[in-house]
Amino acid sequence: MKNPLDSLGQTVLLGFVLTVVMVIVIKIIA
Amino acid sequence: MDFLMHQPWWALCFRWLHIMSGVMWIGHLWYFNFVQTPTMPKIPDELKPAIPRFIAPAALFWFRWGAMATIITGLVLAWLQGYLLNAIKLGIGDHNYAYTSIGFGMWLGTIMWFNVWFIIWPNQQKVLGIVQADPAAKKTAARVAGLASRTNTMLSIPMLYAMASASHGVF
Repeated sequence: MKNPLDSLGQTVLLGFVLTVVMVIVIKIIA
Repeated sequence: MDFLMHQPWWALCFRWLHIMSGVMWIGHLWYFNFVQTPTMPKIPDELKPAIPRFIAPAALFWFRWGAMATIITGLVLAWLQGYLLNAIKLGIGDHNYAYTSIGFGMWLGTIMWFNVWFIIWPNQQKVLGIVQADPAAKKTAARVAGLASRTNTMLSIPMLYAMASASHGVF
């Protein structure tokens, strides 16, 4: 399987997905 | 000169230095990922050596020392503001959005700083020939450094959100 980090577009997309996950976790903790 | 005795002035000063060094660091990270790496295959062979010989060493210098300055000024700023320990424990138990948000930013930034100094830079030294390595080791080093750099590009997106939302978040 190809590593998604080999694609710049997928790297940025993963960054946005991680942001959404992080915001939800911040809301839960805070 | 009274302002020199005031904590808010020192906090502002370190915030300013933290943002400047952060731009220096992440600016170079994005240069490597958005410009240099994708452009390399398009550069004619006779011009390619200029990148590893001149451009990359200079860019890597400002990149890694930008990372170092960013983490130092960030830790001093958090200490001056009195929330260093709250942020380290992600504001757990504090029920304070700003501590949790800046804590996530700090931890993501720390992981990225570690990647720069202990994964990207040691491997780039092999790629650039600053440290001796055989061709197979150079190839592996380029792959490891490239993936660590891409990981940092991915992490920079939530990291910047966490940093900005700690002071300017919509709760």
